[in-house]
Parts: sequence; structure tokens; C-alpha cells
Amino acid sequence: MLLALRGFVAVGIVGIGVFFWITSPVKVDPQTYAGLTANPENGKMVFWAAGCASCHTEPGSDATDAPSLSGGQAFASDFGTFYAPNISPDPDHGIGGWTVEEFANAVQKGVSPTGQHYYPAFPYSAYNKMQAQDLVDLKAFFDTLPADQTESKAHDVGFPFNIRRNLGGWKFLFVSDEWVLDTAPTPELERGRYLVEALAHCGECHTPRNALGGLETSSWLEGAPVPGGKGRVPAISPGKLNWTAEDIAYYLETGFTPDFDSVGGHMAAVVENMSRLTESDRKSVAAYLKAIPDE
Amino acid sequence: MKFRKVAVIAAGALLATTTVFAESHGAKSPYDSQIKARKGMMNLYAVNLGVLGGMAREKIAYDAEAAQVAADNLVALTSVNVNSLWPQGSDSASTEGTRALPEIWSNFPDVGAKSGALKDAAAAMQGLAGADLASLQSGMGALGGACGACHKAYRQEQ
Repeated sequence: MLLALRGFVAVGIVGIGVFFWITSPVKVDPQTYAGLTANPENGKMVFWAAGCASCHTEPGSDATDAPSLSGGQAFASDFGTFYAPNISPDPDHGIGGWTVEEFANAVQKGVSPTGQHYYPAFPYSAYNKMQAQDLVDLKAFFDTLPADQTESKAHDVGFPFNIRRNLGGWKFLFVSDEWVLDTAPTPELERGRYLVEALAHCGECHTPRNALGGLETSSWLEGAPVPGGKGRVPAISPGKLNWTAEDIAYYLETGFTPDFDSVGGHMAAVVENMSRLTESDRKSVAAYLKAIPDE
Repeated sequence: MKFRKVAVIAAGALLATTTVFAESHGAKSPYDSQIKARKGMMNLYAVNLGVLGGMAREKIAYDAEAAQVAADNLVALTSVNVNSLWPQGSDSASTEGTRALPEIWSNFPDVGAKSGALKDAAAAMQGLAGADLASLQSGMGALGGACGACHKAYRQEQ
């Protein structure tokens, strides 16, 4: 009996140890960014490719060249409603004054300057594949945007999802630094893969999720239910979307479908971003989408 | 007198039945004709944009005259007063067969501003389409942006 109790306690201690080990925030190696000189011009391209403005601008605001990232848009999900925070350069209400390292921990590891996990509504599981130079450049572009004093809104998330520590477990299970498309034999495909899988984080909406909210990468870009709403985000994998690569690139440039209907909903924000990239980047995205193997 | 009362009740009952019938069958809306007309307008845009876009994408040969006709048509479409096509209650939350979000009716000034932007983009295309292919191509982005701005805010996702 005593032995059993001891065993139980031992397992419990090991279990708690494993829990703390798995759920403790993992941070970036600051050396990764050391010695890199920031280029805000490139940062601007990274900013549009990564779609920061689509979620972090005020709800209902129109596209501008220097958006105010005041936050406030609501994102419904099966786990609660998330509100995009203020990430403008305001030192009190936004992220003004953050170091490159703090910014990198947030964007690439989903960890706040105080060591808290961010919810994966913030797509750090894609941004973790962002190149160090792009990260540094992105930070420099962020610093040029207007500061805003809007207070960030608390997320509306119930138990047990409101315990942020658990997100370490989520990251352990579902965050990977490996590419979904494991071979990219041409520079165009490599660029397309970087844009789709890392910066533009297309999979976040176009790939279905499991019960815990992890992406089902075996159904990569095959479409998914709209989170917390009705309807479906369409499939964009080649077996299910019969557009040509040219159709896709033109849609990302102008918002026109091959039938000259126009883009709408959240995807319109994506097109606002993509239309600011180079023609060659849009073609790379299209080439990548055509290269995903059919199951 | 009594007859009239009965007739009114009968008519009311008939109306109620047809309403229930319509609701249960989901297809018919009291604003069916307005909704059809709205979609017709959208299709007219799409066909004319298709002419311009087909040339812009070099899928059909550039033809200055045909491009000008399509651009003129877009301008004509943007000048139609469509207020009667958007009656209160003909939104996606209140009736079937439409993806027009209720926010249209609560944000009229913004809807007006966005349709003004489409008007401007169409007018710009009117000056570009007949000039040469490169000019036509340069006007497509603004048209797409104007369409998308409204569909972003006011069209229900599928």
C-alpha cells in the first residue's frame, strides 16, 4: 500500500516535471539575429506578404500604405473569441520599444516579452519559418508605422483554454519547423513555398484542423470549415481547384476570379496584401499551389 | 359586413400559409425580384469586366473598340440608381437567396463611399480602355480593388 502510494507520488512528480518541461516557453537564440542590418524597404514586402495588417487593423478599415495596427478585430473559433491586439509602435498600448529579440520571440516562437505563450490564432507556427533577415527587416518596417493608443481587448476564452501554460503542450504537439512540401526543386517553388507556408500562412485557414486545433497537414490546403461560423474556406490544392497558375496569379493581383466575379470576405484582405507584392512572387505562389501532390 | 370580415381572415390565413410555405421551402423571398435584379447587375458587371480582363490577360486579342464598349457599359452600370434594389429586410440574415450582409443597411455612408470608388475606377477605365493594351491593363487593379472592397465588408462568405 505504502509502496503503491510512493509509486503514485513518483509518477505524479515525474508527470508534473514533464508538464513543466513541455509547457515552458521556448525562446529564440538571439545569436540568430545578431549582426544583421535592417532594411525597412524589404521589411515592407515581408509585412504585406505576412499579412499583418489584415488582422491587426481596426475592424472595417480600408487598405492603406501605412496602416494603423491598433487591433480589435474579433476571430471566432471553437475555443473562444480572440481579439487581435494593438501592435502599433505605441510604447504603452502597442509594441513600441520592443527589442528585435522580443519581437522575434513573439513572431517566431509565440512567446511574449514576459514569457507568456500567445494563442495560435497568431500564426507563429508559420512565421517560425521566416528567415532571420526578413524578421529583422519586418521589425524595422513596423517601427515606421503610426503609433495608436487603443487599448488591446482581452480574449474571450473559457476554461481550460484560458490557461496559457497549456499552450506549451499545443506547441509541442503541433508546431513544426519542417516544410509541408518537402521538396522544392526550383527557385520559384522554393520562393512559393516560403511565401505560402511561412509568410502568407495560407494553411491557417485553407487547411482543416483536428479537435485540438492542430492543422491536419495530410489534408494540406484542401479547404476547411470557417472557424466559429458557417460556410467553408475553399480548397486551393490542385486536385480541388481547377484554376490555372495564371488564373491564381491574376486573382492575387486584381481580385478577379476566372469568371470575373470578385474576391470577398477575409480573402479580399489577402488580395490587398498580395497585390502589393511583385508579379514574380505571385507567380511563385501560384506555382507552389500547382505543385502540391494530390493524395 | 360579416362577409368582409371572413374574407379578411381568409386572406390573412392564405397569406400566412404562403409565407410559411415560402419559408419552409427556402427559395422564395418577398424580395425575390429585387435580389434577382441585383444579381443581374452583378452579372452585367462580370460580363463586361470579362471582356476587359480577357484582353488584359491576353486571352483574347486587344480590340480598342470592343474594350471601349465594355468600359462605357461599366460606367453606365455605375450610374444606375439601384436604391430600389436594396429594400430593408432583403439581407442575408432576414431572407433566403442572398449573401448581402445586414451591415449594408447599417453603414449606408460607407456603402456609398465604396460605390463611389467603383464609379471612379470605371470612369478611369473609360479613359484607358480604348487607348492601348498597356493602358487597359493598368486600370484593372483599381476596378478589382473597388469590387473587392465592397465584397470584403458586405458579402457573406460562402
